[in-house]
Amino acid sequence: MSLAEAAFIQAVDGVPLKIKLARAERKRKLKAVGLVLPLFLFVVITFLSPLLVMTLKSVENEETFGRLDRTREALASWSGQDLPDEAAFAALAADLKIAGEQRLAGEIAKRINYEFPGAQSKFKTITRKVAAMETGPYRETFLSTDAAWGNPKLWRVIQGASGKYTAYYWLSAVDLRQGASGIEQVPANQAVFLDVYGRTFWIAGLVTGLTLVLGFPVAYLLATQPASRANVLMIFVMLPFWTSLLVRTTAWFVLLRNEGPLNDLAQLLIGSRFDMIFTRFATILAMTHIQLPFTLLPIYSVMKTIPPSHVRAARSLGAGPFLAFWRVYFPQTVPGIAAGCLLTFILSLGYYITPALVGGPRDQMVSNYVSYYMNNIINFGQASALGATLLIITLVLYWAYNRLVGIDKMKLG
Amino acid sequence: MKSELLIKALVASAAAACVFGVHSAKAAEPLTIVSWGGAYSDSQRKAYYEPYMKQTGVKITEEEYDAELGKLKAMKEAGNVTWDVIDVDSAHALSGCDEGLFEKLDYSKIADTSKFLPGTALDCAVGTIAYSTIFAFNADVYKDNQPSVLEDLFDTKKYPGKRALLKKPFGNLEWALLADGVPAGDVYKLLATPEGVDRAFKKLDTIKSDIVWWEAGAQPPELLANGQVVMTSAFNGRIGNAIKEGKNFKIVWDRQEFDWDYWAIPADSKHVEGAYDFIKFASDPKNMSQQSKYIAYAPTRVEAIAMVDPKIAPTLPTYPENMKTAVTTDLQFWADNNEDLTKRFNAWLAQ
Amino acid sequence: MSTSERPGNRRGLAGKPGDFVEFIDIQKTYDGETLVVKNLNLSIRHGEFLTLLGPSGSGKTTSLMMLAGFEVPTQGRIELDGRRINDMAPHKRDIGMVFQNYALFPHMTVEENLAFPLQVRRMPRADIEQKVERALEMVQLSQMRKRRPAQLSGGQQQRVALARALVFDPKLILMDEPLGALDKQLREHMQIEIKHIHQKLDVTVVYVTHDQSEALTMSDRVAVFNDGVVQQLATPTDLYERPENAFVAQFIGESNKLRGVVSSQNGKECIVNVNGHGDVRAVPIRANGPGNKTTLSLRPERVRINPTDGVFTNQFDAQVEELIYLGDHTRARVSVLGTDDFVIKLPNAEGVPDLAPGSPIRIGWKPEDCRALDWS
Repeated sequence: MSLAEAAFIQAVDGVPLKIKLARAERKRKLKAVGLVLPLFLFVVITFLSPLLVMTLKSVENEETFGRLDRTREALASWSGQDLPDEAAFAALAADLKIAGEQRLAGEIAKRINYEFPGAQSKFKTITRKVAAMETGPYRETFLSTDAAWGNPKLWRVIQGASGKYTAYYWLSAVDLRQGASGIEQVPANQAVFLDVYGRTFWIAGLVTGLTLVLGFPVAYLLATQPASRANVLMIFVMLPFWTSLLVRTTAWFVLLRNEGPLNDLAQLLIGSRFDMIFTRFATILAMTHIQLPFTLLPIYSVMKTIPPSHVRAARSLGAGPFLAFWRVYFPQTVPGIAAGCLLTFILSLGYYITPALVGGPRDQMVSNYVSYYMNNIINFGQASALGATLLIITLVLYWAYNRLVGIDKMKLG
Repeated sequence: MKSELLIKALVASAAAACVFGVHSAKAAEPLTIVSWGGAYSDSQRKAYYEPYMKQTGVKITEEEYDAELGKLKAMKEAGNVTWDVIDVDSAHALSGCDEGLFEKLDYSKIADTSKFLPGTALDCAVGTIAYSTIFAFNADVYKDNQPSVLEDLFDTKKYPGKRALLKKPFGNLEWALLADGVPAGDVYKLLATPEGVDRAFKKLDTIKSDIVWWEAGAQPPELLANGQVVMTSAFNGRIGNAIKEGKNFKIVWDRQEFDWDYWAIPADSKHVEGAYDFIKFASDPKNMSQQSKYIAYAPTRVEAIAMVDPKIAPTLPTYPENMKTAVTTDLQFWADNNEDLTKRFNAWLAQ
Repeated sequence: MSTSERPGNRRGLAGKPGDFVEFIDIQKTYDGETLVVKNLNLSIRHGEFLTLLGPSGSGKTTSLMMLAGFEVPTQGRIELDGRRINDMAPHKRDIGMVFQNYALFPHMTVEENLAFPLQVRRMPRADIEQKVERALEMVQLSQMRKRRPAQLSGGQQQRVALARALVFDPKLILMDEPLGALDKQLREHMQIEIKHIHQKLDVTVVYVTHDQSEALTMSDRVAVFNDGVVQQLATPTDLYERPENAFVAQFIGESNKLRGVVSSQNGKECIVNVNGHGDVRAVPIRANGPGNKTTLSLRPERVRINPTDGVFTNQFDAQVEELIYLGDHTRARVSVLGTDDFVIKLPNAEGVPDLAPGSPIRIGWKPEDCRALDWS
C-alpha cells in the first residue's frame, strides 16, 4: 500500500486512523500529566516557591524601599563625594518623620546599620529629633546631632538602600562590599564567609572521602556474603540510619567529652585525657558515622548486581586477584560510588546540628551561619544570600560532576 | 546542653499541638508563653504559670527558644503568630520594638510605670527580673587561693585550666577591656573605636586556647559539673540553682554585668488581652517576689524587692555587696555594633 | 550405587598415556557432611571434546570449577598436562572459560573484552591487535568491535564470550552451560559452530550441560554424572546404545523400563521373568545371575508392531492405550507385561498400520536391544 493511501485509512466508524491515534496519544499524555501533577505542585509549593521568595529577599531592600523615596529623589543629582545639600537633609527628615509615625524607622535604621555600623543609634536619635521639628534648617540640626551625618559614605549607603534592589547581601556573602570606588574586599578581620565556604566544602569532602574508604570494603563484604549473613551485618550498618540524627549526635557528645567513657579509658590506659569534644575531629567523626550508610548503600546495591562470574572470568582469563578486582569489579562499582559520594557530599554541605553540638567554633558550617542570621540577627537577606550562594556552588559542582562522571552513569541500585 | 533544649522544645511543641486540639473549644483562651527553658523556665512555671492557671483556668503552653526572634518575624510575615507572651533579653526588647515585632505596651493594663525600677518599663517590654552575667568556678578545684576578681578569669598562669565563655562578643569584649585595666566608664567609648576593639580581642587572645564556648544558659553549670572547665561565665541564677542542688561552685561578683529580662507581647498576637492579663499577674509584687525563691534573680518592682526572703537576698545580683563593681551593658552600643562585632568575633574564632 | 562396588572405575577411566586432564580420587564437600563429588576419577584426552552431563546437583559443575581453580578439592589430585594443579591460582592455569551467562565485562567494548586476557599477559600492543582481529573474524563479529555487550544479541554475546576464552590460545577450554540462555534454534546453530571451532583449533574442551541432546550432538565422549559419581564415560553412540546402568539408560534418550527377576543367565543372554507376566530375553549387562532382580531397558524405537512370527524371540500381546501424533513419528502408549506406560515410537512412513486406542496388537523386539541392568 502506498503512503498516500495509508494517510486515508479509516477506522470502522469512518474517522481517519491518524486522528484516532492522536486522540489515544492525547489521552495517554493527559493521564501521565495527571499522575505527575500532585507531586509537581507539591514541589512547586513547598520547595521552589520558598526558594524563589528567599532569593528575592536576598536582593531586595525590603526594609527601606518605598520608605526613603523623598531622600532618593533629593539625592538623584548628588555627586556622591561631598556633603548633600539642605534639600537632601530635609527629604530624609521628612521620610523619617513618616517612618517614625508608622513605627518603621527601626527597620530602616537596622538596614542602614548593616552597611554603616553605628547608624542605628544615629537614626533613632535623629528620628526622635525631627519628629519634634516643624521647619529647618535640617542640615545644621543633623550635623550638630552627630558628626556622622557629614560622612558621604553614610549618604551613599542611604542612597543605595533607597532603591528596590541591592547587591549588598550577595557581595557580603562572598566577603565583598561596595566601596567608594567600586567593589572591594572587606577588611580581613571582617572576612568570614569565604573561609566558612572553604571549610564547609573541605569538611564535606573529607567526610565523603572517609565514608568511601570505610564503606567500600564493608559494602564489598556485604555484597559477597551469603544473604542470611549479609542481612545480619546489614542491620549493623543500618542501625545508625534508623536512629535520629539528634540522638546519634548526642551520643557522640557523651562519648567524646572530657569526662566521657573514651577519655576515662584513655586516662586508665595512658594516664591522660584528650580534647575531643568541640573539635574538628569530633565533627568529622560524628558526620562520617552518620553519613556512612548513605555512601555505603548505593555502592552495596550496585555491587549486588555485579555477578560473581565476572571476577571469575577475569581470573580465568589470566588476571590475578588484584587485577581482576581493579580492572573488572571496581569499574562496575563506579556508578554506585558516584551516587553514594554525591549523596553524602551534598547532604554534608548542609550539616547544622552536628557541627553545632560536637564541633568547635572553627567547625561551624554555612548552615550554622544561615541559622544565625535567620534566627538571631533577623537578617533574612543575608541568610538567603548565604544559602543561595551555597546552592549555586553546589549546582556548579553538580554540573562539573555531570561533565566528568555523567549523571546518567549514576546508579542507586 | 543544647540537645536537651531541642528535645524539650520538640516535646513541648508536640504537647502544644495536643493541648490546642483538646482545649480549643474552651472559653478561656489558652496562652503560649515563650521563654528560655531549663531552670529559668522552671522558676517561672512555679512562680507564675501554675498559680495563674489555677486562678484563671487559662491553659498555658510553654515553648522554649534561644532568642530566635527570626521565627517570630517569619510568623508575623506569614500572618500566623502563635506566641502570646515572650520573655526577652534587653537587647531584643529594644530591637524587637524598633522592628515592630512587639506590641507597644499600654501600662494602664499592667501597673503604673513609676512602680518599676528605672529602665525596666520600656515601650514594648516590661521588666520581670534583674540578672547578671558573672563568672563562677569549681571550688573543688580551687580549694584555697580562690579566684575573686575579674582579672583572675584572664589569668591562666595563676589559675590554669579551661574556662567557658558565651559564644558572642556581647559581654566578653567589655570584660576583656576591664580586665586589661580600662576604667568602667571608658569601656564603651573605647569599644566604639577600632583600636579599642583590637585591644579587647588582643586580651581575649591571651586565653583563647583555653576557652570552651557555650551558647545556651543551661550549659555553664554542666560544663563546670563534668569537669570540662574550671571556671565559666554564666547567668548568676543558673549557678545559684546548681549550688542549691549541692554543687560546690562559687560565684565571683566582681564586675558582674548587670542586665534585665522582660515580658513582651508579640505584635499580631491572637490573645493580646489574655497576654496583658498574664503580665499583670506576673508583675504583681507579691507574685513577683516568689520567683526569687526558685532562681536567684531579683524582681523589677520596688515593692517586690522588699518582699523577697532576706535569706535569699545575698544571692541576688541586686544585693548591695554584689553591686559594688557591677557594670551595666550599653544596649544602644550593641544595637549599633552587634552584627559587625559578631562578624569580627567569628572571624577571630576561625583564626 | 556406591563407588566401592566399582573398583574397576579408576583403572578403566584414568591413567592412560596421552591423558591431558586427570581427576584422581577427587572428593569435594562444602559442609563437611555430604559429598558433592564422591571419589571422582576421570581422564580427559588431548584434543578431546568431553561433556559432563547430569541433572542439577550431580556434581558436574563443581568438578568443572575445581578444574578451573575456583573450588579446591577436599581430597584427591587434579593433574593438568602431568602437573598437579590442586592449589594453583586460577589465573595461572591458562584455561579458557565460557560462563553460563557469558560474564562479559559490561564496561568494556567487545574489542576491550577480547584484549583483556592479552593485556594482563603483558603482550605487545601489536600482537594484541592482531590476535583480537583474528578472534573477531573467527566468530564473525568484526563489525561489532566497538559495541558494548549490552548492545549485542544473546547469540552475539555468546560468540564474544567464546572468542574471549580462545583469544589467548589456551590448551584447555571449559564451558559451563554456555548455551543455556539461548532459544532452541540459536542453540542448535551455536552447537554446530562450537563444534567446528573445536575441530579447527585443536583444543581440549570440557563442556558442562544438563541437556543430553546437546551432549550427544557435540561430544567425543560424555561423562554422565549423578549423585556425585560418574555413571558412565563413553562415546555418544555407546552411551545411547549401550547404557551400563539404569540411570544412564533413563537419562540418555527415552527407554522403557521393565522390572523382573533373572530366571536363567549365561554369558550372552539371560531370561528375565517380568512379574509373572512373561519371560523376556535380554543381554545381561548388570544382571547378577538367577534369582536376582534386574531392570530391563529397551528403546521405544526398537519395538516393532505386529511382527512376523518367529522374527523376534521376544513377542507379547499388548493393547494400545494412547496415540500421540508428533509429525515425523507417532508415540503409542501400550499396556504389556503388566505395565501400562510402555512406549513405542512408530515412524510415520508407509506401511504403518492404522491403530486406534483400545485395539489389541502384538509387539516384539530383539534380545540384543534389551539390556538387563541394575535394579532401580
